[in-house]
Amino acid sequence: MMSPNDYQGIRSRRQFFRNCAGGIGTIALAQLLGLEGRAAEPQGPLAPKAPHFKPRAKNVIFLFMEGAPSQMDLFDPKPELKRWHGKPLPESRTKDLKLAFIKPTASVLGSTFEFQKRGQCGMELSELLPHLGTCADDICLVRSMHSEAFNHHPGQLFLFTGHMVAGRPTMGAWVTYGLGSESQNLPGFVVLSSGVGTSAGSDNFTSGFLPSTYAGTPFRSQGDPILYLSNPKGVSKDVQRMRLDLIREMNQDHQAATGDMEIASRIHSYELGYRLQAAGPELLDFSKESPATLEAYGVNQEATKAFGTNCLLARRMVERGVRFVMLMHASWDHHSGIVSGLKKTTGATDQPSAALLKDLKQRGMLEDTIVVWGGEFGRTPMSEMRRPDDPNSIGRDHHPNGFSMWMAGGGIKGGQVIGETDDLGLEITKDRVHVHDLQATLLHCLGLDHKRLTYRHLGRDFRLTDVGGEVVTKLLV
Amino acid sequence: MQSARAFLFALGMCSLSGFGQTSPEFSSQVQPILKKRCEACHGPAQQLSGLRLDQRDAAMAGGYSGPVIVPGKSAESKIIQRVTGAPGVMVMPPSGPKLTAEEIATLKGWIDSGAKWNSRAPVGTQSQAKSRHSHWAFQPIVEPQPPSVSQSSWVRNPVDAFVLSKLEREKIAPAEEADKRTLLRRVSFDLIGLPPTPEEIRAFLNDKNPDAYERAVDRLLSSPHFGERMARPWLDRARYADSDGYEKDWVRPFAWRYRQWVIDAFNRDMPFDRFTIAQVAGDLIPDASATTLIATGFHRNTLTNREGGIDNKQFEFENAVDRTNTVAATWMGLTAGCAQCHDHKYDPFSQKDYYQLFAFFENLEEKDIDAPLPGELGPYLKTRDEYRAKRQALLVEYKVPEMQPEWERQMLEASANPGKRTDWDLAWDCLLKLTEFGDGEKIMRIPLNQRSERERDILTDHFVRNYHFAVGQKVYKEAKFDQLDKKLRELRQTYPQLTRAMTVGDPEQAQPSFLRVRGDYRTNGIPVARNTPSVLPELKAQSKGANRLDLAKWLVSEENPLTARVTVNWIWQEFFGRGLVKTSDDFGTRGDKPSHPELLDWLSYRFVHDGWSVKQLVRTMVTSATYRQSSKIRPELQSKDPDNALLARQSRLRLPAELIRDAALHAGGLLTLEVGGPSVKPPQPSGVASLAYGSKGDDSWVESKGSDRYRRGLYIHFQRATPYPLLMNFDAPKSVVAQCRRERSNTALQALNLMNDPVFVEAATALAYRSILETNDPAARVNAMFEHAIGRSSTPVETKRFLQSIDRLRSTYEADAESARQMAPAELPGIPRADAAAWVNAATVLLNLDEFITRE
Repeated sequence: MMSPNDYQGIRSRRQFFRNCAGGIGTIALAQLLGLEGRAAEPQGPLAPKAPHFKPRAKNVIFLFMEGAPSQMDLFDPKPELKRWHGKPLPESRTKDLKLAFIKPTASVLGSTFEFQKRGQCGMELSELLPHLGTCADDICLVRSMHSEAFNHHPGQLFLFTGHMVAGRPTMGAWVTYGLGSESQNLPGFVVLSSGVGTSAGSDNFTSGFLPSTYAGTPFRSQGDPILYLSNPKGVSKDVQRMRLDLIREMNQDHQAATGDMEIASRIHSYELGYRLQAAGPELLDFSKESPATLEAYGVNQEATKAFGTNCLLARRMVERGVRFVMLMHASWDHHSGIVSGLKKTTGATDQPSAALLKDLKQRGMLEDTIVVWGGEFGRTPMSEMRRPDDPNSIGRDHHPNGFSMWMAGGGIKGGQVIGETDDLGLEITKDRVHVHDLQATLLHCLGLDHKRLTYRHLGRDFRLTDVGGEVVTKLLV
Repeated sequence: MQSARAFLFALGMCSLSGFGQTSPEFSSQVQPILKKRCEACHGPAQQLSGLRLDQRDAAMAGGYSGPVIVPGKSAESKIIQRVTGAPGVMVMPPSGPKLTAEEIATLKGWIDSGAKWNSRAPVGTQSQAKSRHSHWAFQPIVEPQPPSVSQSSWVRNPVDAFVLSKLEREKIAPAEEADKRTLLRRVSFDLIGLPPTPEEIRAFLNDKNPDAYERAVDRLLSSPHFGERMARPWLDRARYADSDGYEKDWVRPFAWRYRQWVIDAFNRDMPFDRFTIAQVAGDLIPDASATTLIATGFHRNTLTNREGGIDNKQFEFENAVDRTNTVAATWMGLTAGCAQCHDHKYDPFSQKDYYQLFAFFENLEEKDIDAPLPGELGPYLKTRDEYRAKRQALLVEYKVPEMQPEWERQMLEASANPGKRTDWDLAWDCLLKLTEFGDGEKIMRIPLNQRSERERDILTDHFVRNYHFAVGQKVYKEAKFDQLDKKLRELRQTYPQLTRAMTVGDPEQAQPSFLRVRGDYRTNGIPVARNTPSVLPELKAQSKGANRLDLAKWLVSEENPLTARVTVNWIWQEFFGRGLVKTSDDFGTRGDKPSHPELLDWLSYRFVHDGWSVKQLVRTMVTSATYRQSSKIRPELQSKDPDNALLARQSRLRLPAELIRDAALHAGGLLTLEVGGPSVKPPQPSGVASLAYGSKGDDSWVESKGSDRYRRGLYIHFQRATPYPLLMNFDAPKSVVAQCRRERSNTALQALNLMNDPVFVEAATALAYRSILETNDPAARVNAMFEHAIGRSSTPVETKRFLQSIDRLRSTYEADAESARQMAPAELPGIPRADAAAWVNAATVLLNLDEFITRE
């Protein structure tokens, strides 16, 4: 009996051979279907696979702002909070709140940052986001996101796996499982990080119970960009080629002796590795980028260097067919020192994020690429005071209800705001968007039906959206 | 009582009708709605969520969340909430049109007028009858007779009769036996996880006795590495790791005690029933000892979340869920997790069944105990008083005895008045999350003079480390507690300490357990008593109610057919690449049926009746003719038996992650074969450890020294947030939930890992050097490398091919002295660097061959 999970692979191989010249394809297909386990497929499990229906986008760049950015200081103006500043809210308004550290009686913190209408659409954005403001007509801002988790590790798991407990595959893994990758030389799901480590670590890009082939490959900022990418010292390109040739000859002989097609796949993996060794440095080589581009991304300025480099890399990866690029920037977890903290994090990320959008748009790539910006939840309208003796230590606690995210590109309708929160930013008053809805919508843009993209594990067909999720059609073009 | 109620209801109806309102009549108006709209799911055929609406008593008793009909109060009746819809609840019925306003009004009217059932309606009670289920896996195991076969000369033991009988029916001849070299290499990898040495190969080839193979098997079964080999798939199920998993991902310095226990148990061939009881309930057995307590570390491999602000109750619940699911998967092959939120959709496993099983694991207490290793106790006792005195002196010097009581007082005050002082609120939260090796709050609530020494130490250590949360860094630094913390740690390290172990125990007071509606830890449903799934044989418990020990004994009782079948199946999977039941994690109705049901039952029956001996079971499997077949692909069978389910050959299996590294180090002669002990940290590229929040960057990964760098992969420290890259690249589990099967993928990252990881470069260098030192003859040297790496001689064609490559490589290096020096760092007398560098590359090639990482 074929396991239901073999289906994805078989389907892609079948398509591959259908595209081959008639007869050979048929024979090879019969042979392939007749192999044990996940059979040899020179195309690999990451070969492009057809979506469920016509997609609006092909790739995703997820700008994950780890730690929960403060929506009322960035995206969702709440002048009413200034009236309440320093005072506790009435109990009737706070009784249902789930709070991590503070108590419902904590005093309100009115934002010290000004908001302005930006773009033709007049989207209100904070002064902390001057660069994003220039893209207001391209982004769709959602002010009514809600999550079920209000702590970081569970919240990050929820955002990326649809479930608060560890063990399930992440969004990028699901997408590469569903669609494969267009890239011949690079991994299908790549992860870039800047700032400090994230709460969920590799749980944010794990393949969970999917085969590890679908896990995100971290691109590192020190040493080899991909682990073990460079040859050891003393091995030149020529020597490497000699070694690979000998490995191939030996493996081919062994394949002939054992008749095992799986060895063809092993041989192929060495060729892929070799190509990756060439593609990695080429990807990192910015020498052909114009000074204007480097300037726009802020690659050469201290504040924006790390995130700007990653944003530029993200564009270059998508250009080269990488399916899912995830940028993690940590940390936005401003329990204390929120005023200076936000200046620093927006100072590092605002310019590069906007540069990425403009660059993609100018190159005509934004139509095929969805860009998502956001964290695992939002922050409270009330203040958190870890050091009562230091007024500058003021911050905000976690708030899973009514946080903001923005999206742009492939299939997303820009220049609009979805959803509203109440005057204090405590509750959503219009167009609630659950994290599962966001996941369903992203998959939908990629041509995947979130209810059909499943994998059987421990007897159950799992999916990214667990048992929920509805496509938010208002977000779409 | 019954009649009085009926009388009152009747009275109610009279008075209502007196006002001209007719309340709906049950059999003509209400019952048809229930029948048409509800009973498909809540009727005689099935009672989803425990609700049955076609019988009065069952209907009035309600479902898992409690009563759904409250007579006289339609607004409080869940049945009305469900058909009208309320925020956050699924509207009933879930498919088809909703109830019409008229139908809802009828139900409301009926409930408001007393929810009176017609006298003709069946009374019944909720159907709890144990129905025997026809599914194969739940049937008792009876000993099948090995079938007779025509080609009886092929049969070495009954395993073969079952296999051959099926092959003969399919008119397929079994494959020829693998050659002796292949066979020895195969069985060595399978039983001890290591390839045979050239000497072992030679001895085996020269042994012309008919039982040479059986004796080789016996040698391997008695090797201490047998336990290491069998432990790995077991640890996959036990989701063993060396760190907490969530967020801070703290290291668990004593987790390895459990791993050690598993290795020892397999080595001593501990009967599998005892092996089971010790892990599930080693704390409850009458002769509980430190050893059986260590075995309960099985339950401690759950993840821990120490993130500030979390609700500890949520993760206690998730841990109990994980323990339930892990026990169900590991021993019963049941995918119980589905029933956490609702009745299982496919298997006869209700949500109530789930929480009855869950109740065994809810409220387990986590206990870290002193479990001294041999030789530790003497030195510890000898120096203990001195250590205590010095510790006390330090505490006094830094005024801890004066300050701690005031801190405790203010902490308790803060916890009683949340929101009053935000800094102390945070300090209190930290006590709940960050207390090491114990429950800080619990200890703080014990009066000082009643605390044990251990409890006092735990709380004082927490105070010294975390006082700053309450008072700020300035005061903390003035008190110099950072210094004190450092000194206390150093002091501990200079004196002998006892090695600890992570164990569990039951709480002193048994707590009631409840079903959780929709699997939400905050929503209690009906109370449940500890019990085993109703579709399986009954649990025989003492009168006061079942405990975990009863469950453990039940798991290995003769009546329960699952444990033996599931265990035999996973062990078979280890040696044949797939289980007789392919879905080794799912013996339920959606899993695959066994390819050889009689063989599975024969092995299971023998396993139980041969005293649950794993070694005996393994011996039966690997001495069979079935096991000894060649693994060459048989093209003629590819379409008929693509998955090799018929066993007309062996399977080629890529080695698991740990064994690939072991094999490389072994080829280079570097592998340390020491068995057991704490985890080790082999070299790992800089930056790997810093991806996670809890990490202190590369400081979190302090490389092991000396021979510990070359310990077997089984002992590599498993840091859940940032696992050792090789393990992830080669499909080792993430150790979050029980894993019953590993993938065998083929990726470019694996190729890069084998070619460029310094561990493999070092192994290749060692392999080249040892071969260079063994012989000066180039052809013999190629041959020696082959023998060390893949356990066979090189063929003339291969020798020639290698020598040609080595010539080309040598000339390349002769032109590039710097590269030669980098490639061949150590000078060998009489061997030019360029020559050595060429041989190192040739060795690399061998360690990258498919043949090298495959057990044929």
